[in-house]
Amino acid sequence: MTALPNSTDKKLGLVIDLDTCVGCHACVISCKEWNTSNYGAPLSDMDAYGAEPDGTFLNRVHTFEAKAPEKPAQIVHFPKSCLHCEDAPCVTVCPTGASYKRTEDGIVLVNEADCMGCGLCAWACPYGAREMDKAEGVMKKCTLCVDRIYNENIPEEDRVPSCVKTCPAGARHFGDFADPESNVSILSAARGGIALMEDQGTKPVNRYLPPRPKADVTGTSQIDIPNPFLEPTPQKAGGFLGWLDNALEKI
Amino acid sequence: MAPSAQPTLDTSPQVSDEIRQTTCYMCACRCGINVHMKDGKVKYIEGNKDHPVNKGVLCAKGSAGIMQHYSPARLQAPMKRVGERGAGEFETISWEEAFEIATGLLAPIRENAPEKLAFFTGRDQSQSMTGWWAQAYGTPNYAAHGGFCSVNMATAGIYTMGGAFWEFGAPDWERAKLFMIFGVAEDHDSNPIKMGMGRLKERGAKIIGVNPIRTGYNAIADEWVGITPGTDGLFILALIHELLKAGKIDLEYLQRYTNAPYLVNSDPKSPEFGLFLRDKNDKPLVLNRKTGKPVAFDKPNVKADMAGTYKLKGISHRPVFQILAEKYLTDAHAPEAVAEQTGISAERIKRIAVELAHVAFEEEITIDQPWTDWKGEKHDKMIGRPVAFHAMRGISAHSNGFQTCRALHLLQILLGSVEVPGGFRFKPTYPKPVEAHPKPHCKVTPGAPLNGPHLGYVRGPEDLCLADDGSAVRIDKAFTWENPMSAHGLMHMVISNAHAGDPYKIDTLFMYMANMSWNSSMNSTKVMDMLTDKDANGNYVIPNIIYSDAYSSEMVAFADLILPDTTYLERHDCISLLDRPICEADALADSIRWPVVEPDRDVRCFQSVLIELGARLGLPGMVNEDGSAKFEDYADYIQNHERRPGVGPLAGFRGKDGKGKGRGEPNPNQIQAYIDNGGFWIDHIPKEAAFFKPWNKAYQDWAVERGIYDAPQPYLFQLYVEPLRKFQLAAEGHGDIQPPDRLREQIKATMDPLPIWYKPFEENIVDLEEFPLHALTQRPAAMYHSWGSQNAWLRQIHGTNPLYVSGDIFAEHGFSDGDWAWLTSRHGKIKVPVVKMDALNAKTVWTWNAIGKRSGAWALDEKAPEAQKGFLLNHLISELLPPKEDGMRWSNSDPITGQAAWFDLRVKIERADAGDQTAQPHTKPQKSPVGRGPKNISYGEEF
Amino acid sequence: MHPAPSVIIFTSLSGLGFGLLAWLGFGYPNVTGMTAFIFFFIAYALAVGGLISSTFHLGTPKNAIKAFSQWRTSWLSREGVMSIVSLLVIAVYAIGVIFFNQRWQIFGWLGSVFSLITIYTTSMIYGQMKTVPRWYMGLTPVLFLLYSLAGGALLAAQVLPAALLLVALTIVQYFSWHIGDGAFKQAGHTIETATGLGNLGKVRLLESPHSSPNYLMKEMVHVVGRKHAQKLRMIAIVLLGMVPALILLLAPANHMLVGVAVLSHLIGLFAARWLFFAEAEHVVGLYYDKR
Ligand SMILES: Nc1nc2c(c(=O)[nH]1)N[C@H]1C(S)=C(S)[C@@H](COP(=O)(O)OP(=O)(O)OC[C@H]3O[C@@H](n4cnc5c(=O)[nH]c(N)nc54)[C@H](O)[C@@H]3O)O[C@H]1N2
Ligand SMILES: Nc1nc2c(c(=O)[nH]1)N[C@H]1C(S)=C(S)[C@@H](COP(=O)(O)OP(=O)(O)OC[C@H]3O[C@@H](n4cnc5c(=O)[nH]c(N)nc54)[C@H](O)[C@@H]3O)O[C@H]1N2
Ligand code: SF4
Ligand code: SF4
Ligand code: SF4
Ligand code: SF4
Ligand code: SF4
Ligand SMILES: [Mo]
Repeated sequence: MTALPNSTDKKLGLVIDLDTCVGCHACVISCKEWNTSNYGAPLSDMDAYGAEPDGTFLNRVHTFEAKAPEKPAQIVHFPKSCLHCEDAPCVTVCPTGASYKRTEDGIVLVNEADCMGCGLCAWACPYGAREMDKAEGVMKKCTLCVDRIYNENIPEEDRVPSCVKTCPAGARHFGDFADPESNVSILSAARGGIALMEDQGTKPVNRYLPPRPKADVTGTSQIDIPNPFLEPTPQKAGGFLGWLDNALEKI
Repeated sequence: MAPSAQPTLDTSPQVSDEIRQTTCYMCACRCGINVHMKDGKVKYIEGNKDHPVNKGVLCAKGSAGIMQHYSPARLQAPMKRVGERGAGEFETISWEEAFEIATGLLAPIRENAPEKLAFFTGRDQSQSMTGWWAQAYGTPNYAAHGGFCSVNMATAGIYTMGGAFWEFGAPDWERAKLFMIFGVAEDHDSNPIKMGMGRLKERGAKIIGVNPIRTGYNAIADEWVGITPGTDGLFILALIHELLKAGKIDLEYLQRYTNAPYLVNSDPKSPEFGLFLRDKNDKPLVLNRKTGKPVAFDKPNVKADMAGTYKLKGISHRPVFQILAEKYLTDAHAPEAVAEQTGISAERIKRIAVELAHVAFEEEITIDQPWTDWKGEKHDKMIGRPVAFHAMRGISAHSNGFQTCRALHLLQILLGSVEVPGGFRFKPTYPKPVEAHPKPHCKVTPGAPLNGPHLGYVRGPEDLCLADDGSAVRIDKAFTWENPMSAHGLMHMVISNAHAGDPYKIDTLFMYMANMSWNSSMNSTKVMDMLTDKDANGNYVIPNIIYSDAYSSEMVAFADLILPDTTYLERHDCISLLDRPICEADALADSIRWPVVEPDRDVRCFQSVLIELGARLGLPGMVNEDGSAKFEDYADYIQNHERRPGVGPLAGFRGKDGKGKGRGEPNPNQIQAYIDNGGFWIDHIPKEAAFFKPWNKAYQDWAVERGIYDAPQPYLFQLYVEPLRKFQLAAEGHGDIQPPDRLREQIKATMDPLPIWYKPFEENIVDLEEFPLHALTQRPAAMYHSWGSQNAWLRQIHGTNPLYVSGDIFAEHGFSDGDWAWLTSRHGKIKVPVVKMDALNAKTVWTWNAIGKRSGAWALDEKAPEAQKGFLLNHLISELLPPKEDGMRWSNSDPITGQAAWFDLRVKIERADAGDQTAQPHTKPQKSPVGRGPKNISYGEEF
Repeated sequence: MHPAPSVIIFTSLSGLGFGLLAWLGFGYPNVTGMTAFIFFFIAYALAVGGLISSTFHLGTPKNAIKAFSQWRTSWLSREGVMSIVSLLVIAVYAIGVIFFNQRWQIFGWLGSVFSLITIYTTSMIYGQMKTVPRWYMGLTPVLFLLYSLAGGALLAAQVLPAALLLVALTIVQYFSWHIGDGAFKQAGHTIETATGLGNLGKVRLLESPHSSPNYLMKEMVHVVGRKHAQKLRMIAIVLLGMVPALILLLAPANHMLVGVAVLSHLIGLFAARWLFFAEAEHVVGLYYDKR
């Protein structure tokens, strides 16, 4: 099963908008919550109340700082989960056949019944999208909420991944990249969505929308203002009060 | 094997057996949640998409609710202290014994000296109920946490425009084109702000973040203004200067909706200098442009003048606007004059002013919606200025915060962007003028209720809570000359004042939901000493402490009697219009909590306990004629209590038929009706009433119908706040009620009726060369104060909190990441780990708030990172300013409102030997009355 | 990468074991009966012991049996299959020489070739990891093969081949370190390319996703001090090849000294293998700003 399908009918995945993500970790915990009691083994927390808590999470948010010389530094919050790569190396390395990519929608999953917990797939993933559950001894990863997105027990409009539904800022979008007309394809095209570490040859499905240029860094305002706009009030007779009198007259 | 051997998956598993809809309380934002139940247990919590607050989204804390609900730190049963205070040694007792102990303390106090009970309720969402209880008991010493939280914001908003940012209003997310956000890391409106900013981004609106620190909201802002802390007032007044200079202000708006035309006594020798000129009906007067004669401000079809002089009996009077314009047009307010102090270049200030003006006036929006104003004048459309503002504690929690918040409101109003499309909008029950709020009450009669509600809005010196000798009536010294407009009390001063016996000693401190020995106190180390301090006879200086918490917090260890509360999924609650409403700008709404699961421990809902305590004490309103308890529990109270006839805690489904909106008799099925409706009730404002609320006839009438007020309350925005001037006048020697001499100068200097900026007090006190840095805290989005650390999921995200140090300082001290530093203030010294950060005001250091924990608290391992590496800045912040010449205790607060000045803190930093890599000071561990949490957990195993 | 003892022991010992088997299968040394038994016993103990040790780091060993199924795509699966095949095929040959004084040479040759293929498959588990540039190079299988052949020769008492192979190993090991040191840079991965944020300037991690450590950091992000690594490299290179080669060339007949050579090689091998993992930088470290 660890052969990758030649092609998949759909390419489901996420668009993550780095211009909008405020780094609130809502998606992290919502993911943990949904996935600890749904698909597969629960996501454990070792030493949960102790000195070195260490739990399994399928989605984590990094915070980066970027600075160009002589410019103010910027902060970018950067959520990261499985990118459901088309050429998923995590799948082909798997010796047991537990890892696979679904032919119908391209979702990369671990069949936990087959996983022996060797960790090789986590080594093969460039993005750190797989975590071994220490209590269960099986590999865990983002399922793209496969048990939500088709779930007929969930109202249709809620059939999106838990992280997407919960994101307060609306920085996460879910859809089919195989369809050029889908929300995610359009958004990604419009905002120059990027694939992470393309040189790894993994062909990630997920796209990241880069932060828009910042006015304090580029020195340009987004608001287009004809110059000069903020001239002092016409210094006619009477100065400010004269202007005021005039202006009141017009009301 | 061929790919066809792909395992078959059940992609439609049953999510749960049942969904129960209630209200989140992982923070005070009050989002609606769907609690999925499986086998009678909580399985999954998601946002309720029909809910007005969060519309389906949920934050990290909200999703982690399960882990809070199953937290090992949950208190199990009532307890009485057996060891020394602070040690954490308790004995489990029955509820009966707990009630006996409590009534044994409280009954005699009420009979003899009710003020000897200080009842303070922290992060309370039932203040209308706890306040009612305290009033019935008769102590003047009641407040919640607002005084150390954001009272500057609330008060400045109410006095200026009849409502504040906070939770009382919101930007028009759907229409604003330019949004400026000042000093906000997280806000009470956590999810709505994130949703709103997401909407702005979607629409391509511009966001400007003004904050010394560029994280969170400021990280995604299109422009970041890394202002020097405490200087926002200067920046805002410079923007005002520029706008005035260019005449880019909304004169018509000012003329119609504000007190800009009010005539002000301008004769410095007059005893009424600075007060409004009024007619014999006490109505302020304006100058009629046509006639040059003064008329009552509310006379229809009058165009008022905004400049000119009107002489009456030799005394000249001038309109507010003229005074205002002259004040802010001076060079002292020019961008060039403030650039250095604020750290924002003059060009940039000017450019931002241009952008504001451009969007407000050149990108004006209109809605084709006719409406009628309070004077009966008809308008065929609604004109909007799509610039919106929001601000929170960054400008509020400074000793100059009240005036800074006022300055920001002034800016909004000059641009004509309040209560208009695209601007800032109030959420009912706001707007509400000062006049619609009570004044503070403090008259104590042993054995009887207080003469009225404790908290309110003073209109002048006559409303202060002073004893005949001029001393404070309240233990927190609220509503005194030190902080006359302390509308939320000063919870941060209670322990310190009670310990010092200043203004008097108390007998019992009764607290609810406030971790006062730790993160909500300034000066935590000393506060712990005060709580454990004994007098010469070996008795505690604060004799008795009763405390209700739901978890094994730091404060629990210091109480003598513990009343263990339920968790938020186990109890009834109401988020009432009588408190802080959950309304939207377009709708009236309130909500409930209800026990979606029953408690599995011997714990009780605190409000129910309070009601029973009230009944046992025989408090009026809580007992029937025959002395029996009037309410069975809180749920009974919620349904049947009436504040005014027909108006009760819940506004929805009133009346026997459940059809009453806002008004109506109690409905015995009201709570069930809320449950059936998803846990909330919402009632949309008619389109005609949606904007211009303070002046919109349709809105005013609708508000009366809904019971928000009993008669229409149209009013004007107060650019010039006369009550402030009244205090100044007194300080200048006018009137009978006089401040003590030591406070005269402070009152004169700070209580200006027009917004001003003055240096945060700390800067006058400390040597700025010695303490060159500002030290701030921010709320992490994924942690709620102290109470998130018991949460196995959240504590993995924020288990430690480094001190972020700006790149320049980092380099100057030769730090590298992982190093430790001593951070010293005028008051104390702490040792902390440091991390470099460039996206930060160069004179600033900061850390996440309330991550540091006392070892042994929260059922965590004593070696938990929160207790080893985590730290609080609070140890560095004194609740008192250093003694001045008079040797008096001055609180470290805003001199107008008593708002705790958390962010005035100045520090110096030095390299420290990493040593054992533990943060200092390290407080001695407390014993855990609930044991330790389990080693490993796999939540979700059972499903 | 985290230098897990079980994996270090597994790759080292099974490498030696299969290396020895390869020599034995080709008939070096040409032994029978009890002597053959001892040689084969050592070889099997090492190979099988190594394989067993490799299961210690499995989260769910009961599923290990399934690891034989994916030989079409997975190098780890191939390794599993090949090691069993090698062990079985060569067992036939071993039975012949031990018990029947017979050389069923075809099984010997096949078994030897399979053993070498096994070693190759092992090496490719690492050599295929594009995520670990230090491993992702042609030298990795060469190195592994040399380790096995040299170590095998040493154990097989093939003095001259062992000495030559050890010298070759030393040289290749040196170069693989040398090339490996530049591999990450060569691959062009930086925190800027990983995050796609390079156009904003120099990127650094401000805040880790969680304040507490996680599996990824523990498994993938192991930072070795440069000084420490240099010291270990010196020790490894001296003990691994130089000392044994010298002993073999100078005192091939001294059993005591040959024993010392084997011991020296083993210690060098473990040190080098520890470094093989510990120094290997995974690209995911970029997201944690640590390598
Ligand atoms: N340095 C610094 N200090 C600050 C601030 C700052 O910005 N910087 N901010 C200040 C502000 S604005 C605030 S509001 C305070 C907040 O500080 P606190 O008011 O102390 O808030 P919390 O830490 O949330 O804890 C309140 C207590 O309520 C308990 N609790 C939680 N849920 C329940 C429940 O359901 N029932 C009961 N009975 N108890 C419960 C918790 O266990 C905890 O002990 O901190 C202040 N302190
Ligand atoms: N997740 C989460 N949400 C919370 C809470 C929580 O603990 N966790 N607490 C709740 C409570 S009680 C409150 S009061 C609210 C408070 O919500 P916020 O007002 O967002 O409170 P703070 O986190 O204190 O953020 C203050 C911000 O002001 C900035 N600041 C400090 N000084 C200045 C200044 O002089 N000028 C400017 N422009 N900015 C400045 C700081 O950098 C910081 O970003 O949050 C509520 N919401
Ligand atoms: S929930 Fe949304 S805004 Fe929050 S961290 Fe995740 S992606 Fe970013
Ligand atoms: S992101 Fe990692 S785990 Fe996900 S498909 Fe790609 S390689 Fe595999
Ligand atoms: S850990 Fe499990 S899924 Fe990953 S490679 Fe090993 S067997 Fe396959
Ligand atoms: S799609 Fe589902 S599994 Fe994947 S990160 Fe989002 S919530 Fe987690
Ligand atoms: S903001 Fe988060 S914690 Fe607060 S009420 Fe909403 S979901 Fe709950
Ligand atoms: Mo607060």
